[in-house]
Amino acid sequence: MFHLILFLFFGAICVAGAINLLVQRHPINSALSLVVVMASLAGEYLLLGAEFVAAIQVIVYAGAIMVLFIFVIMLLNAGEEERSQGSRVAILLGVPGLVIGAVLVAWILLEHSSTEPVSIGALPGPPIEIARLLFHEFLLPFEITSVLILIAIMGAVVLASRPEAIVRRHRAEPAQPETKELIAAGKER
Amino acid sequence: MSITTFIIVSVVKSLAVIVVLLTAVAYSVWLERKVSGHIQNRWGPTRVGPFGLLQPLADGAKFILKEDLTPPHVYKPLYLAAPIIAVVFAISSIAVIPFGNELTIGSISTPFQIAPDLNIGLLIILGITSVGVYGVALAGWSSNSKYSLLGGLRASAQMISYEVSLGLSLIPVLIKSGSFSLRAIVESQQHGHWNFLDYRFPFGFIAFFIYLISAYAETNRTPFDLPEAESELVAGYHTEYSAMKFAMFFMAEYANMVTVACLATILFFGGWLGPVFGREGSILAMVLPIVWFCLKVFFFMFLYVWVRWTLPRFRYDQLMAFGWKVLLPLSIANIVVTALVVAI
Repeated sequence: MFHLILFLFFGAICVAGAINLLVQRHPINSALSLVVVMASLAGEYLLLGAEFVAAIQVIVYAGAIMVLFIFVIMLLNAGEEERSQGSRVAILLGVPGLVIGAVLVAWILLEHSSTEPVSIGALPGPPIEIARLLFHEFLLPFEITSVLILIAIMGAVVLASRPEAIVRRHRAEPAQPETKELIAAGKER
Repeated sequence: MSITTFIIVSVVKSLAVIVVLLTAVAYSVWLERKVSGHIQNRWGPTRVGPFGLLQPLADGAKFILKEDLTPPHVYKPLYLAAPIIAVVFAISSIAVIPFGNELTIGSISTPFQIAPDLNIGLLIILGITSVGVYGVALAGWSSNSKYSLLGGLRASAQMISYEVSLGLSLIPVLIKSGSFSLRAIVESQQHGHWNFLDYRFPFGFIAFFIYLISAYAETNRTPFDLPEAESELVAGYHTEYSAMKFAMFFMAEYANMVTVACLATILFFGGWLGPVFGREGSILAMVLPIVWFCLKVFFFMFLYVWVRWTLPRFRYDQLMAFGWKVLLPLSIANIVVTALVVAI
């Protein structure tokens, strides 16, 4: 009973945060509502008995990724967004898509799930069990995910440091001795 | 235990721990001023009470009675929320820290720890401290002043960078103890040297030093106090704050120091275990572990102050290079070697 009340409470906060994220005009308010969404999702995981996932959700999403979001918003000093009229494509495709998605989720929930509550600590918690799951049963998805992340990191490095771009920017200006060294360093890289 | 006694016991425990923690925070400010005074050949606070011992009370009264200015150009909701976020997350992480065995009064028996001993205790502390960055970052941003913004930016960049090596430095401890539960980690260190300083586990020392250095960076203490470097940024992220709101940032900083000291004690120095135990079931057996725990935490708090008044501040590029190019590879190498040794 108490579990159910808490579950609904966190669910309500999660949905409210998600709506607030869309409605707010200032990027930092939107980012903070996303933090609220992440934190309440962690609460939901905890109530579903997956305390390890809940802790990782807070550490990775609320603690690292969203801090980076806020860091970037602060760094770029992003101001308030202007309200646009909204696109027609979004309404034409989005509303039916939303309805279909909601129906699918409702159908899956009604057909394939039990309403039995799970107690905290019922799912694997100790690091040994989690390691066994990750490195035995889910080894392939785990490794594929790591390759995916590696590709993303390499893509970020390539996008961030294009030596030709540096060289071109410096050619436009009269080159100082220091910038020449920079160009040479860029070519070497 | 019935639900009413459970609630009463929990409330009493929480109140006691929070009162002790806030007193410890106030007196670590006194310790800081006193020790810095003696390091610099001064006396430190001496006027209020014997040895200046009532100075924290005077400071508190001053903070409460001072005019609370809110500059007109700030973004108010976040400006008001930031110190609250900082203080709440700094204090709430004490809930999972165990500081003794079990307290038994009559038929009621309860562990010396507010939260029940979940098997993710360590991860909860990591999560709370990583969310605590928002207090500093939002304070810097919402103040709408360049010094605050730079301080907030530096703080969040520094905390993100050093959190990686902080997290990785804990893995050798986890490999050895095989549990995220702080109680199990302490118990796995039993039978070491005097029940702490496990000399059969040398990689623990490397992990400990990596942990200590990154924890200093996480709590924005010298030599990593660039977010509030007075000589460049006035006061960094709390430049625009005054009176009690400023004091809340101070409380958050010192409460974080206490948490880090507790965690260092638990992970690397055997928590409440000590060289002398009382007889099983006696009052001494309940009290002595807490004494050991407090002594170890006090040592780490003293070390904090000592380091602050001994070392100069890093330059910003040195800070980042040290974090990413020295500490991170070192901690990864330490994990690999530890895993190999344990596997063999």
